[in-house]
Amino acid sequence: MSQSQVTQATHLPVAAGQVGRLTQSLMAMVLGLFIVGVVGFSHIDVIHNAAHDVRHSNAFPCH
Amino acid sequence: MGTFRSIVFASVIAGFVVGLIVTAVQQFGTVPLILKAEVYEKAAEHRHDAALAQPHVILVHDQAAHDHGAEAWEPREGLERNAYTAGANILTAIGFALLLAGFLSLRGGATGEPASWHEGLMWGLAGFAVFTIAPGLGLPPKLPGVPTAPLLSRQIWWLTAVLATAAGLGLIVFRRSMPAAIAGVALIMLPHLIGAPELEHVETKVPSSLSHQFVVAVTMTSLIFWSLLGGLTSAAYAWLERPASTARG
Repeated sequence: MSQSQVTQATHLPVAAGQVGRLTQSLMAMVLGLFIVGVVGFSHIDVIHNAAHDVRHSNAFPCH
Repeated sequence: MGTFRSIVFASVIAGFVVGLIVTAVQQFGTVPLILKAEVYEKAAEHRHDAALAQPHVILVHDQAAHDHGAEAWEPREGLERNAYTAGANILTAIGFALLLAGFLSLRGGATGEPASWHEGLMWGLAGFAVFTIAPGLGLPPKLPGVPTAPLLSRQIWWLTAVLATAAGLGLIVFRRSMPAAIAGVALIMLPHLIGAPELEHVETKVPSSLSHQFVVAVTMTSLIFWSLLGGLTSAAYAWLERPASTARG
């Protein structure tokens, strides 16, 4: 009983570190997709016009 | 937030460098073709506007088809336009670098060692397959002035092709079993079996040779973009992570 508690205690920080890395990596990926989404896919005219040549050059669907 | 900070710094460094290089490459590859095509596009718009001036045409004209907002701001020709192109290229590169570095961090988390520039290059090539080759088969790179199916339908198909290809490649690379490989190949094929939205009849003054040159220019520019981005992002991420892990150890 007490041994299993000790095992849990020693493993917890490692598990928390792994979850932290996973969460941080996923946050970065979501941020990246958001940036690409706004630059490449926003329907707002001003953003479309500013990024026009990039959208065509990246073969993102454009007007 | 050590991992997040390393990912963001690595992505900003790699994205900035790759965005600037790709902007320079585009000035010789894609941009001259876009400018040539716009000559045909503007000529067609003038004819279109002249036709609109006739009252009987207005009655049958679909306003939704005329989506070039006349009042919307757009950058001035020349330096301003190219500056916005450079900015958008840098932002796009940073965005995709965040995606790559996120994957590299997850992979590194499993093995403990930061990915090498070569492993990053492989991830970059996967990005090339997912974001350029797969959607480009159904929706080839298109010049201004070439009529297309409604924008939203193309964006949805583009996203479907990207997600299906990414998931399919993931199944093949990481599952390493026969059923997963078959499912992966089927998944990659699925959006192409459904078919990309396209117009039944396309009439354009833009020469087909120009369109073909554009497809090649876009695909090769994209190959440079993803190769550089993969290699540089992983190199920058490994460089940023190394001092921190030695300090911890």
